[in-house]
Amino acid sequence: MVYSYYPGCTLKNTAKELDECGRISAEALGFTLEEITDWQCCGGQYTSGKDEIVTKLSSVRALDDAKKSEQDLVTLCSACYNVIKQTNNAMIEDSDMQMKVNNYLKLDEPYKGETSVYHFLEVLRDKVGFDKVKEAVKAPLKGKKVGAYYGCLLLRPGKVLQFDDPENPKIMEDFIKALGGTPVIYNMRNECCGGYTILEDTDAAGRNTSKILLNAEDMGADFLITACPLCQYNLMQNSLSEKTPIYYFTELLAHALGLREKECFK
Amino acid sequence: MDKNKLLSEQVQRNSGVDVSKCMRCGKCTATCPNYDLMEYHPHQFVNMVENDKLDVLMKSSSLYLCLNCFACVERCPRGVEPGKLVEAIRLEAVRQKENNHLKPDQIVEKLTEGMPQQAITTAFRKYTK
Repeated sequence: MVYSYYPGCTLKNTAKELDECGRISAEALGFTLEEITDWQCCGGQYTSGKDEIVTKLSSVRALDDAKKSEQDLVTLCSACYNVIKQTNNAMIEDSDMQMKVNNYLKLDEPYKGETSVYHFLEVLRDKVGFDKVKEAVKAPLKGKKVGAYYGCLLLRPGKVLQFDDPENPKIMEDFIKALGGTPVIYNMRNECCGGYTILEDTDAAGRNTSKILLNAEDMGADFLITACPLCQYNLMQNSLSEKTPIYYFTELLAHALGLREKECFK
Repeated sequence: MDKNKLLSEQVQRNSGVDVSKCMRCGKCTATCPNYDLMEYHPHQFVNMVENDKLDVLMKSSSLYLCLNCFACVERCPRGVEPGKLVEAIRLEAVRQKENNHLKPDQIVEKLTEGMPQQAITTAFRKYTK
């Protein structure tokens, strides 16, 4: 199976491991991430204003590219997933938006939300199957207690994303189980890390992340995994605690599949 | 028509939020990760739009403290979705001439090692027109 892959700005820069480990793991599990040519940055945040047209265009260009390739669109970054999926939903639900975007873009044929958008984790759950992932594991994470950090962007708004139950998700816990680890449930796993406000106010983001990390530690997590580069950065930079490191979920996957060994997961 | 009234209608139209649905339970504010930093809290945004106090909200720093985490949007028992309202008011504010909250020449001093590009692109999207 080949998917149109939208990497996003950060996966080409500070989050290269998220990208590289995702691509090699995909190949090992029997699917290919084919990068969309000339993709443009999604902007990092969906603007919900109904008269916001220009901020939707880069996502629609990527969606239209996938449509022409007759492929589903896959992302690894939570933010790209959130922005592109919400944009696609607006193109289906909001006829005024659809008309204005198409008037602006003048594509060969109007885009009307035909492309399906998936996060890499959804591909593992719904297309590959966690049972098949489990069969492919060569270095199981025996005895490792792993906390899944979802943050906001994978889950909300739940009505649009339909990724998992936004208040009690389990996809990342099932992922951890498939790799042979023990998932640790902690109640702040779907609360915000402070996001982009880190740029203005490092203290504010630090307060959020400290609460999240202390909660995960209290529940016994050895480390956390995330799909979001900004969550990873905020948690690593601003925490008062140094005991619980944060890794990308694809680093854990590539290690378990025997593709990229990492000492800390042994 | 009064400018505040017009703006109130505009932000409700642009956000799709119907402020009259609010039952004042305060759950949006209770679940907001940044509520204690805000001059006006999410439930006050809803109430102040209903009472046409847009001139006050447009000048408030609270507009730039919304994380867009959608916790209030997800958890509002009446489906009011206050986060979308905050966003629509912020758009009205930054679209005014020379009212961008972040300027490109401020970025350099704010950068730290390893800061993801996502932080910068998102801040620009939220803080500028």
